[in-house]
Amino acid sequence: MLVSTIVATLIPMQFAIPDFTPAIPEIFLLVGTCLVLLVDLFLKDSNRYVTYLLSQIVLLTTAVLVISGMNDVNMAEALQTTGKASLTTFSDMFVLDPMSQVLKVSILLITVGVFVYSRPYLKTRQMYKGEYFTLGLFAVLGMMIMVSAKTMLIIYLGLELLSLAMYAMVAFRRNDGRASEAGMKYFVLGAIASGMLLYGMSIIYGVTGSLHLDHIDNFMMGHDVMKNMGLLLGLSFILVGLGFKLGVVPFHMWVPDVYDGSPTAVTLFLGTAPKIAAFAMMFRLLVEGLDEMLLGWQQILSLLAALSLFIGNIIAIAQTNIKRMLAYSTISHMGFVLLGILAGTEVGYASSMFYIITYSIVAMGAFGIIILLSRDGYEADRLIDLQGLSTRHPWYAFMMMLFLFSMAGVPPTVGFYAKLSVLKAVVGAEVVWLAVFAVVMSVIGAYYYLRAIKLMYFDQPDEFVGDEELLVPAKSGFDFKLLLSVNGLSVLALGILPGALMSLCVLAVEASL
Amino acid sequence: MIPLSHFLIVGALLFSIAVAGIFLNRKNMIILLMCIELMLLAVNLNFIAFSHYLGDMAGQVFVFFILTVAAAEAAIGLAILVTVFRNRRTINVQELDDMKG
Repeated sequence: MLVSTIVATLIPMQFAIPDFTPAIPEIFLLVGTCLVLLVDLFLKDSNRYVTYLLSQIVLLTTAVLVISGMNDVNMAEALQTTGKASLTTFSDMFVLDPMSQVLKVSILLITVGVFVYSRPYLKTRQMYKGEYFTLGLFAVLGMMIMVSAKTMLIIYLGLELLSLAMYAMVAFRRNDGRASEAGMKYFVLGAIASGMLLYGMSIIYGVTGSLHLDHIDNFMMGHDVMKNMGLLLGLSFILVGLGFKLGVVPFHMWVPDVYDGSPTAVTLFLGTAPKIAAFAMMFRLLVEGLDEMLLGWQQILSLLAALSLFIGNIIAIAQTNIKRMLAYSTISHMGFVLLGILAGTEVGYASSMFYIITYSIVAMGAFGIIILLSRDGYEADRLIDLQGLSTRHPWYAFMMMLFLFSMAGVPPTVGFYAKLSVLKAVVGAEVVWLAVFAVVMSVIGAYYYLRAIKLMYFDQPDEFVGDEELLVPAKSGFDFKLLLSVNGLSVLALGILPGALMSLCVLAVEASL
Repeated sequence: MIPLSHFLIVGALLFSIAVAGIFLNRKNMIILLMCIELMLLAVNLNFIAFSHYLGDMAGQVFVFFILTVAAAEAAIGLAILVTVFRNRRTINVQELDDMKG
């Protein structure tokens, strides 16, 4: 009797079962992660490689599912019905478009690389536990949801899934005081960022009456948004939240400490894939949602970008620790990514996307080298640890040189092309002073990258580094060395032939707008 | 009927108290966690007020999600706090300065 009344009340609500197909990669990843978590429980410590292999299989399968998720058939269908090359589901809250595909595949592949690099590091430090991999997989799920989000609610949920997993990973080495300090700092500042973002979202919701980014955009088209105090307030809060998450000046305080304090394997993860997701979040919120307020966020972003380029490059010079130096270099690179976004053109967005993807590849390689040189009880994260690397390991010194050249923007590495295309977009948007400023700052930045290269090639190792034991590379397997070489050569290959990836980015951005 | 602006003012006040608490507090890390909760509650108040006056359910749904995430966030925050205390025997914010950011 009771059941039938409940059923009777439910039926008129017309609960339609959503179309799951666009979200199949995410669903697979979630199920796979839960399975890895379960299997890991029953493994002995000596069999931990099963967890590792399973996580890699899950990631690679998810990447295949993402690529096959949108084929020509349903693309044509989507184009016919909606006029856009994107599939939406869950009441239009979740979107699968070419842009999310490109970003998701890069996130997944970079995470595969990160896991390969971190394995020897974790092994030698009694950290080879399932937690690292399962937390990593949950973070990847969060990133994928962020990339595909079409409403502010989903953006927030993806972001939190990513952040909560990252907080735990940073403080993962429980008996290390520095790691837990870094975890606490990251947690507090990350939570403030979420709070700011949410406050901004609540104001935007109140003014426009919708959480959906397209509806917000439609609402704004009919209004004089730049005179609406509520919207401007909401926009500024959202920008503060985004600034914290991206780590741009003046919201960068956490970046050096977290990079420095967390285990290198976690820094490696933190400094690569989540940056791509943060770019996607910024793109969705600002370009797809608040596009009509372009003039407003353009000004604020140019200020943030200029400050990031300045502070990031100047303070990096004073660092003696490679991880801290790379942290400040990340801040300046985020400034470059902002430059492409604030150009406000399709070319600008595409070059920003190209920049963030290639930067992640380069940063992954640089942290890989630090892991390669480190061993138990010796982190190899000081700049002098690079001294005389060319005589000890000529090939890896060459790889490191490629990564550093790419970060500095020296041709023919990919960093040069990425910087060039962003600058072209900025000049195209007629913000010439900012482009000139960025070039000057890059020249200043080149100093500390070249200093590291000088240490590797022209300085002899002092007696401590020349220790016999340190001459043998860390216990890293064949897969590690192979990936490092592929990683280094891809930086060179992408620099010589950037066309394919760049046109992919342009196509993705065009299809999404 | 209470006008919308009253709710928004209370929300803004709570939010400012939370932010001020985070930046002024130099003593206890637990207070930081409390301020973060307060911040999220201020946002919740905003969402509910807007949702009621707009006659739109989405805002209230958002609040449910924020509440759930806030619970998970507090759990992780306290867990990190416990590891900090184990390693240093203190939860004083000022003593958390091994690294200068």
